[in-house]
Amino acid sequence: MTTPTHSVELSGIVKRFGDFTAVERMDLSIEEGSFVTLLGPSGCGKTTTLRMIAGLLDPSEGDIRIRGRSVTAIPIHKRNLGLVFQNYALFPHKTIYDNVAFGLKYRDIPKSEIAGKVQRALDLVQLPDVGSRHPRQLSGGQQQRIALARAIVIEPDVLLLDEPLSALDANLREDMRVELKRIQAQLGITTIFVTHDQSEALAMSDTIVVMSNGHVEQVGGPEDVYVNPTSAFVARFLGNSNLLPARVGAREGDVVPVTVDGFGTIRLPASRCTAVGQSDRATLVVRSENLRLAGDDAPVPGDALALPADVTTVDYQGQAARYFVRIGDKTLQAVNAIEMHPHRQGARVKAIIRGRDCTLVPEERH
Amino acid sequence: MTERTARLRPWYLLSPALATITFLLVIPTCFILVYSFWLRTATGADQAGFYLSNWKEVLSDPFYRDILFSTLRIAAITTVICALTGYLPAYFIAMSESRHKSLMLLLVMLPFWISYIIRTMSWINILGTTGALNTLLIDLGIIDQPLSLLYNEPAVILGLVNFLLPFMVLNVYVSLEAIDRNLLDASRSLGASELQSFREVTLPLSLPGLAAGGLLCFVLSAGTYITPVILGGPRNAMFANLVFEAIITQLNWPLGSVLSILLLIVLGAIVILYNRLVGIGQFAKTFG
Ligand SMILES: Nc1ncnc2c1ncn2[C@@H]1O[C@H](COP(=O)(O)OP(=O)(O)OP(=O)(O)O)[C@@H](O)[C@H]1O
Ligand SMILES: [Mg+2]
Repeated sequence: MTTPTHSVELSGIVKRFGDFTAVERMDLSIEEGSFVTLLGPSGCGKTTTLRMIAGLLDPSEGDIRIRGRSVTAIPIHKRNLGLVFQNYALFPHKTIYDNVAFGLKYRDIPKSEIAGKVQRALDLVQLPDVGSRHPRQLSGGQQQRIALARAIVIEPDVLLLDEPLSALDANLREDMRVELKRIQAQLGITTIFVTHDQSEALAMSDTIVVMSNGHVEQVGGPEDVYVNPTSAFVARFLGNSNLLPARVGAREGDVVPVTVDGFGTIRLPASRCTAVGQSDRATLVVRSENLRLAGDDAPVPGDALALPADVTTVDYQGQAARYFVRIGDKTLQAVNAIEMHPHRQGARVKAIIRGRDCTLVPEERH
Repeated sequence: MTERTARLRPWYLLSPALATITFLLVIPTCFILVYSFWLRTATGADQAGFYLSNWKEVLSDPFYRDILFSTLRIAAITTVICALTGYLPAYFIAMSESRHKSLMLLLVMLPFWISYIIRTMSWINILGTTGALNTLLIDLGIIDQPLSLLYNEPAVILGLVNFLLPFMVLNVYVSLEAIDRNLLDASRSLGASELQSFREVTLPLSLPGLAAGGLLCFVLSAGTYITPVILGGPRNAMFANLVFEAIITQLNWPLGSVLSILLLIVLGAIVILYNRLVGIGQFAKTFG
């Protein structure tokens, strides 16, 4: 049977629209109280997955369990889930109070307690005095807070949010991010959050589920998926990486020698190569912040590869600069903090790659 | 652009419409209003002047009052039937995810391609003593003698519903179509069943369309003239038939003018009252 600590479990979920498979064989276990983000590019099936959990779409195959009980046969209105939409979806003909109280009407809650619950929800989203207004009299950010209040006031088993912040402008989005995370932590409510914005995902999540083309690419904590991508797709999608085709040598104790085509051999700790099996070919991921550019005379650490590089473009960003450098026949990206002066365009520098800063992932399929 | 031209701009843009309304509606109505105070002399000629005798006659004679009330009653019954029978197809089409949605809408509008008079007359072939329905019932042995289904009030109402239903369906359809589907998903996720979601979300949000369609049906049926002529009996005359009778048959322009203006005032008052109660303008603001 299922362990009770799992709030939501998807097993072998498939969703097909005609011939098109939007979600293929998805397995996912979500722990009680955690904040899980479905992250991926547009069209990868995030919304489809969320709608299946919500009961707005029926999976073509597979089973969905919420708190151990299979919900695939349970209609939406009996699932006790809180849903928040990108466009807020507040009832325009009802006051804010009636919007928030809406879900309470369908639960066995004494009338006398409804007002108190609504008020506590409005306090929680820091809009205690707007009960008598209509949705159109609130700003976008305020409307989204009310949508959140409406979803949490029913004390749902799971809170489902589909890009709730993407209709807000940049500043407001940052505030709402913090706010949402605070409310989620305070209530300890299991939350599934859909976004295609990696910084949102990294900032808010306990667990990130990176999706592409209807399947899960990687599941892990924010630091985990950022530092240890298991596929070229994840490395490319999160942050800024250089992907270098390479040949994997035989493991020597805790070290794996990796020969980057045209660059030479670099020694990686075996712990950075776990995503690659016995394969001969692989892709070396070098984050742009881990490609260090130094003067010609700078010392080179023992496990590092130092390559002569020509700076072709300098993109000055204040404390840091983004460089495009040519190494052999390749162009790589480096983001380095600026110590004294940025490197100049046209300068000849030394590009330093340390083995322990790199990750080896399976060769990209083309 | 100066503030003055900015302020005047709406008027420039409205001017073609205003000119049309003024020349084709306001001025003729003023003429009718003036006629209503003229006097019809014994010789049959109209005498210009300011006489209240026509007004006194119309307002004091229960004949006119009774026909006015029965006209309003027929219009109200027609409107209610249109609302009840028009909502369902509108709902079905709006909620349908079929690719043939526009075809379905086209079918709703199909009757407009056939002259209203022909559509009304075709009921004679269906409901007449030798019409389709009676023939069928006799052939099936359900009745011996043909039923008299025509030339009564239900036949008039049937003809009006047949004429006005598409107006209701289209109005309701437009307001249903405008409802954000996420609202229904939200309502369902909060615990409302499909029926409860309909009552709490879909129905209230489609009221503006229902109200607009209702008003249209009411005003059009209250002013109708052809349907009672074709499908009604001698006692089913409606108010517009009196106007026709006065002006065309009796050539009594002053009397016909009084009747026209009276109908205009009554319908205008109803529209204003209805707007206050149902608040069409208010609803429009909700979505503005
Ligand atoms: N009702 C549907 N019929 C057919 N195809 C659909 C339907 N809904 C979604 N799809 C397809 O399924 C795929 C996944 O859609 P989904 O909405 O889940 O993407 P998403 O990850 O949420 O993307 P976005 O970030 O753009 O919202 C898309 O290619 C989409 O075109
Ligand atoms: Mg989506």
